[in-house]
Amino acid sequence: MRKVAIYGKGGIGKSTTTQNTVAGLVEMGKKVMVVGCDPKADSTRLLLGGLAQRSVLDTLREEGEDVELTDIRSPGYCGSLCVESGGPEPGVGCAGRGIITSINMLEQLGAYNESEKLDYVFYDVLGDVVCGGFAMPIRENKAEEIYIVCSGEMMAMYAANNISKGILKFAQTGKVRLGGLICNSRKVDNEREMIEQFAKMLGTQMIHFVPRHNDVQRAEINRKTVIEWNPQAEQADEYRTLARAIDGNDMFVIPKPLAISELEKLLMDFGLAEV
Amino acid sequence: MSEFEIKTVTGETITPQALKEEMLKIYPAKTKRKREKQILSNDPELPPEIGANTRTIPGIITQRGCTYAGCKGVVLGPIHDIVHITHGPIGCAFYSWLSRRNLAKPVNKGDTNYLQYCMSTDMQEEEIVFGGEKKLAQACREAYALFKPRAIAIYSTCPVGLIGDDVHAVARKMSEELGINVCGFSCEGYKGVSQSAGHHIANNGVFKHMVGKLDMTHDNPFSINVLGEYNIGGDAWEIDTLLRKCGIHVVSTLSGDVNYDQVCSSHTANLNVVMCHRSINYMAQMMETKFGIPWFKVNFIGAAATAKSLRKIGQFFGDKGLIDRIEEVIAAEMAALAPIQKDVTSRTKGKKVALFVGGSRAHHYQDLFSDIGMETISAGYEFAHRDDYEGRAVLPTIKIDADSRNIEEIHVEADPQRYNPRKSPEQIAALEAGGFTFRDYDGMMKQMKKNSLVIDDISHHEMEKLIAICKPDVICSGIKDKFVIEKLGVPCKQLHSYDYGGPYAAFTGAANFYKEIDRLTSTKVWKFVVPPWKQNPELQATMAFGKAAAAEDLTPKRSMKAKNVEPAEEA
Repeated sequence: MRKVAIYGKGGIGKSTTTQNTVAGLVEMGKKVMVVGCDPKADSTRLLLGGLAQRSVLDTLREEGEDVELTDIRSPGYCGSLCVESGGPEPGVGCAGRGIITSINMLEQLGAYNESEKLDYVFYDVLGDVVCGGFAMPIRENKAEEIYIVCSGEMMAMYAANNISKGILKFAQTGKVRLGGLICNSRKVDNEREMIEQFAKMLGTQMIHFVPRHNDVQRAEINRKTVIEWNPQAEQADEYRTLARAIDGNDMFVIPKPLAISELEKLLMDFGLAEV
Repeated sequence: MSEFEIKTVTGETITPQALKEEMLKIYPAKTKRKREKQILSNDPELPPEIGANTRTIPGIITQRGCTYAGCKGVVLGPIHDIVHITHGPIGCAFYSWLSRRNLAKPVNKGDTNYLQYCMSTDMQEEEIVFGGEKKLAQACREAYALFKPRAIAIYSTCPVGLIGDDVHAVARKMSEELGINVCGFSCEGYKGVSQSAGHHIANNGVFKHMVGKLDMTHDNPFSINVLGEYNIGGDAWEIDTLLRKCGIHVVSTLSGDVNYDQVCSSHTANLNVVMCHRSINYMAQMMETKFGIPWFKVNFIGAAATAKSLRKIGQFFGDKGLIDRIEEVIAAEMAALAPIQKDVTSRTKGKKVALFVGGSRAHHYQDLFSDIGMETISAGYEFAHRDDYEGRAVLPTIKIDADSRNIEEIHVEADPQRYNPRKSPEQIAALEAGGFTFRDYDGMMKQMKKNSLVIDDISHHEMEKLIAICKPDVICSGIKDKFVIEKLGVPCKQLHSYDYGGPYAAFTGAANFYKEIDRLTSTKVWKFVVPPWKQNPELQATMAFGKAAAAEDLTPKRSMKAKNVEPAEEA
C-alpha cells in the first residue's frame, strides 16, 4: 500500500486535484482510500457526489467509542473509499489534535489492514503545515510520499518551500519523502518553466503540469470529478496522465528547501523574463 | 564585632566569590553567564543588581512553580466560600488540591468552606478537539446546583490557552444565567517565568471583579487589611488574635481564611499592611489609587519583627490609647516568649541557616532565626523580582521583558464616589518627616550580612555544592528539594507548607518555630544515618526476567557508576 499525502497553500486546489487524480487511479483499477484532513470536511465531495458523509470526529462524539468502520467510511466513485476526519467549527478547539484522533481511530478499526487490499491511501491535508496536528500524517509515517500542489504564484511557491522544510525535518527521522510538485496552473507567465526549475532546485520533479480549464469548475458544480462528469474531456486526460505519473513514480527525495533569497531570485528571473 | 564570614565544613573561611565559583564551574559557558548574574556576594549598603524574574534554564532543576499555581494555588485558592473550578485535564486540579495547607474555618452560622473539594472540568480529548467551553459552562451549572456558592472562579490551564477557549466569555454568560459572580482567570501555566505571573493575574482579577462590591462601615477606626498572608498552618489566625488584642480590626486578610464578602468589602479598611510583597503589592497599589487606602510593608514573622510592625501600625493611626495598648500587648507577649527564646538560643546560637524559598519568606524567616541567634549564610527567592531583593527604590530601573508584557496591566483611576484619602497630605508629610515610610520595601539584601551569598532561583546542583562545602545546620526550602537536602544529612524545614507544623506567625507562632528549629538542629538523628553506599559502594542485583539469567547468574554486576548494561542474552 502506498501512503500519499497532498499538501499545498490554502485554495490552491488540493482537494480538487486529489479527487480528480484518485478518479484516474480507480479508473485504472486501483483500490484507493481518501482521508480528508480538513475540519471543513469537503475533501471527498466530488467522489461522493455531495457532502453526505458524517465525519469521524462527529461520529465519535455521537456514538462514543463504539464505532464501526462502515459508520465513518463511505464508498465513492468507482469503488473509492472516502473518510472525512472533520473537526471543530472555526475558532474553537484544536483541529490538529482532531486529525490525530481520527487517524488513530481508523487504524484501530483496521482501515489499513492487509485484508482491505488497498493500493493507495491519500491524505488531503489542510493548508500549510501549520502545527503539530497537521504535520501528523508525515510525522508519524502515516504518509510516506508527499506531493505538493503549487502554481507559479509567489505565495504558493513560498508555501511549497515551507512544506519542504517540514518534510526535511521529518525525513531525517522517518520514511517520508517528497514525490514531486503538481503544478495547478494559474496561467502565470513562464509558469511551467519556473516550477520545473523550482522543482529541480528542491531536488525533486514537477510530476505534472495541470492546465487551467473551466471543465474542472463545471464538474464541481455537478458534484463530480472531471473523469466521472465527462470522461472524454481533455481535462480528464490530464488527470489520467497525472494518475499514471504518480503510479509509475520512483523518484522519492529528501527535499532541499530554498533560502528566501534564492526563491525570490527565481521569481525575479522567470517573472520578469519576456514571455 | 567581627566581620561576617562563611565557613566551610572544616571550619575554614570561604569567600562568597569562591563559593560562587565552585557552584558555577561545572556549567557550560552560556548557563554560567546567566547564573553569574543570579548569584551575588551581598553588600547591604549598596545591593548589587541581581538577575531575578528571568526564565529558568531548562534542565537546571528549579524550585519554581507555574502561573496556574501562583493564581489558583496561592492567591485565590484560600478564599473558602467560593467554588474554584480548574478548567483543564484533571492533573492540575488534583495536584493543587489541599497541598498548600492554607487553612480555613468558617465562623458564622451558614458559612461554608469548599476548600476540601477539588473541582475540575476534567477535559478529555473531545474537549481539546472541539473546545471545552460547553463543558465549562456545564461545570459551572453543576457546581451552582450542588453548592449555591457566593461566587465561582475559573482557572485556565495550559491546554485551554492553546486551543483558545474563551473562559471570560463563559464566565460572563454564567454570571447572567446563575445570578452570581463568576470570574475567569487566564492563568495558563506557561504564561510567565514562574508562579509570580499568576500572582499578578490573580491580583488583577480580584481587584476587577471582587474588591469594592460590598460597601460597609466599621465602628472601629483602626480597621486594616492584612495583604499577602495566606494562613499556612494557621498563621493568619495568630496575627488576627494578636491584632484584636491590640484593638485593631481586620476587615479582610488576602487571602488566608477569608470569605467572599470580606474580599468584596476590603476597600472599606483604613490601612493595608503587606506581608508578602511579591504576591500582592499590585493589589495594595491599586487599592491606594482607587480608594485612597495607604499601605506599608510589615512582617509578623519573628518576635522583634512583629513588635516593630505593630508599633508602625500604632504610629500610623497616631492614637495614644492604641499605642499604649500595643506596648502592653508587646510587653506581655515578649515576657511569655522570653524564657522559651532564651532556652532555645542557648542551643541554637551561632548555628547556620540557608533559606531558598518564596518571594518573601526567605527574607521574613531570617528575622525568626536572628531571634534565636542563628546566622543566615545564604538566601534567595524562588520567584521574586529585583525589588524584593534590592528594595523598591530600583523599581524605575527594572526592565520590562516580553514575559512580563504577557500579563495584563490594568489601568486604575480614583473612584469618583468612594476615593477617600485616609490621611491628608499634611498628615502624611508630618509622618514622613518623622521617618515614617509608606509604600516601602527595602528588600532582602539590605538586611543580610555583607559577604553572605544571595542566590536567585537556586538549582539542585548549587544546593548540593552549598551543602558539600558549608553544610548549614538547617535549610529552609520547599517540597522539590526537601528530600535531596535531607539525604545529604541536613534537616530541611519546608516554608511553603510548614511540613505538618505551624503556625509560626506573631509571638505565639514564633515560640512554635523556635521549638521546631531547636528540635531539628539539636537532634542527633542525622549522625546515625549512614547511607548504603558508604557501607557498600557496589550494589548487586539480578534480572527479574529471563530464566537463564536467574539460573546461571549471567546478570552483569553493576556498580553505582556503571552505565545501564543491556541484559545478557539468553544462552
